[in-house]
Amino acid sequence: MKTDIILAGVGGQGILSIAAVIGQAALLNNLYIKQSEVHGMSQRGGEVMSHLRISSNPVASDLIPFGAADLIIAVEPMESLRYLNYLSPEGWLVTNTKPFENISNYPDFDKIIDAIKELPRRVFIDADETAHEIGSVRASNMVMLGASVPFLKLSSESVEEGIRLIFGSKGEQVVDQNLQAVKAGMEAAKAVL
Amino acid sequence: MQQLLLGDEAIAQGAIDAGLSGIYAYPGTPSTEIMEYVQKNDEAREKGIHCRWSTNEKTAMEAALGMSYAGKRTMVCMKHVGLNVAADPFMNSALTGVNGGVIIVSADDPSMHSSQNEQDSRFFGKFAMVPVLEPSSQQEAYDMVHYGFELSEAFKIPVMIRITTRLAHSRTGIASSKKKEQNPLALPSDPRQFILLPAIARIRYKNLLKNQAGLEDKSFDSDFNKFIDGEDKSFGIIASGIAYNYVMENAQDGKVKNPILKIAQYPVPKKLIDKISLQCKTLLVLEEGYPFIEEQLTGLIENGYTIKGRLSGDVPRDGELNPNIVAKALGLAVPETVATPAIVVNRPPALCKGCSHIDTYLALNEAMQKYDGNRIFSDIGCYTLGALPPFNSINTCVDMGASITMAKGASDAGLTPSIAVIGDSTFTHSGMTGLLDAVLENTPITVIISDNETTGMTGGQTSAATGRLEKICLGLGVEREHLKVILPLKKNHEENVRIMAEELAYQGLSVIISQRECIQTAARRKRSSI
Repeated sequence: MKTDIILAGVGGQGILSIAAVIGQAALLNNLYIKQSEVHGMSQRGGEVMSHLRISSNPVASDLIPFGAADLIIAVEPMESLRYLNYLSPEGWLVTNTKPFENISNYPDFDKIIDAIKELPRRVFIDADETAHEIGSVRASNMVMLGASVPFLKLSSESVEEGIRLIFGSKGEQVVDQNLQAVKAGMEAAKAVL
Repeated sequence: MQQLLLGDEAIAQGAIDAGLSGIYAYPGTPSTEIMEYVQKNDEAREKGIHCRWSTNEKTAMEAALGMSYAGKRTMVCMKHVGLNVAADPFMNSALTGVNGGVIIVSADDPSMHSSQNEQDSRFFGKFAMVPVLEPSSQQEAYDMVHYGFELSEAFKIPVMIRITTRLAHSRTGIASSKKKEQNPLALPSDPRQFILLPAIARIRYKNLLKNQAGLEDKSFDSDFNKFIDGEDKSFGIIASGIAYNYVMENAQDGKVKNPILKIAQYPVPKKLIDKISLQCKTLLVLEEGYPFIEEQLTGLIENGYTIKGRLSGDVPRDGELNPNIVAKALGLAVPETVATPAIVVNRPPALCKGCSHIDTYLALNEAMQKYDGNRIFSDIGCYTLGALPPFNSINTCVDMGASITMAKGASDAGLTPSIAVIGDSTFTHSGMTGLLDAVLENTPITVIISDNETTGMTGGQTSAATGRLEKICLGLGVEREHLKVILPLKKNHEENVRIMAEELAYQGLSVIISQRECIQTAARRKRSSI
């Protein structure tokens, strides 16, 4: 088993929390993992990405080779397109459609959606809207985690257990909100698949 | 049970387990998380491990040397350019040697994700003639700390661990080894070991030179090296550090049939090179950073060999490696990939909404309107983003503290006013001595200390300047009437512009402390107090 994942977003959008939960879920299944992160200058409202590799065999490279990612999970639509050179021809793109516009030359939204639609295997949902509906506006990253569950090759139970372990120290309410967000994301993905 | 740790954190845990008594560092990407891990670690607290940030890398290195003098194991951590700051004590520590084990972790940043250059610390290790360990994995990084302390104490020499960004900031499962107690307090057996008076220094230097053969033998024997034989002798592969991982990524499913030599410890062991050069007349060198091994190969093997690498052009001369660059160098097919759609635009890093630096720059830009030309010297921190639109405020960023001294030099040349913009932590790191130079001549420069009460760019570490800036400036001799403290807020804009304009017009040294807490640390403080 091997799943190579690129996580993409803007600094502060919580892609590392998604990575932490998937990583924890992978460890629960006794899988090998390597997860590379971006720290420092690029976090200041800039684009951020993380390479997450989980496998039943030891992982050699900390970076995913170009054209080899099984999955791109993006919490922002323009960012979902930035790392397409990593995506394997059979890979999936799972992205949020809610733009994060902190630059003056942000492209036309419809054109972004058109570019996403050109991909043969993609899922796009408005994770911010979904998070709003369930009353946890800050959990849109967990909605996106939920939407990507069908492609992780990990059970939804292990992802849920991952959430309990990662957020347990922040209290039951945070855990429940995130579990709910993941569930809502899974359902939203199912509805469009 | 394995722990999921960043490379930096694995090094920190390794040090705690190996009997560390104190860690010294100044924040710098990608090294910051080593110290932060020790600071947050319960076991480190219970064991009383010293873990306060130092004012800069030089003071960190010297404090570590002092802890070693007292017999304890100590670690000093910095980013690659931090080693330039610590270079004086670092170079001389090779001569003094150590008492308790000393490990210097230097974290290089090839491709300059968050740095001004991509210098390779292995050259510094060679320059000082100290052993350098270069892990390929986070587990090796952990294990090398244990081994490094033993090596340091066996040879009475400081040991460098050289890591790069991708190793520092990648997370994986780490297995711990047996824990060691801290060393007892014990003074050096030779009371003159650390006195580098010429007569003694000459003896110490001969001792360092004498040790080189033994250190090279240790490199040869190191369990961290690896030789993987292969049937295809058309070329042999020499790889180190993270580059070895990229070779192994490509070697999966038997795709690489050439002999592979992994080098994990320096000085480069000649006998190990012989092992592969006896088999292959062409050698491909893959290393993250400068062509360190590649450059030395010509001196280590006979004529008639073809050496491929960054110098020969078979591998790009600059920047990070990745699995695809390595695949190409290995002669493997690289898959066609989808190009990034043209509509995707860059999202450069920017100052946070509500950041105090923004108000400082807006006021400064207005106060500067009547002066022509580019004359604002700045420094290293979040406020360096003032170089970008919409501010376009600053004209230089060279090294920690250079804003004040460059402004002084420009002023000495006749450029008045010259302005320096420096952060609070950068000021205490390396700006104070430069300010003293300006005080001594009452140089007509205006120094703006943009004080956000933290070390912002690296994530909000304690700043040595907090609450002390006025006293420091006055103590250095800045005139009271030309030391101004302003509050950078929109509502104070007009007044701040007026104060800046007045000080810019003054024909002597002025310091303006523009003081408001970083909104990130303020928000964090608010959250944790709820």
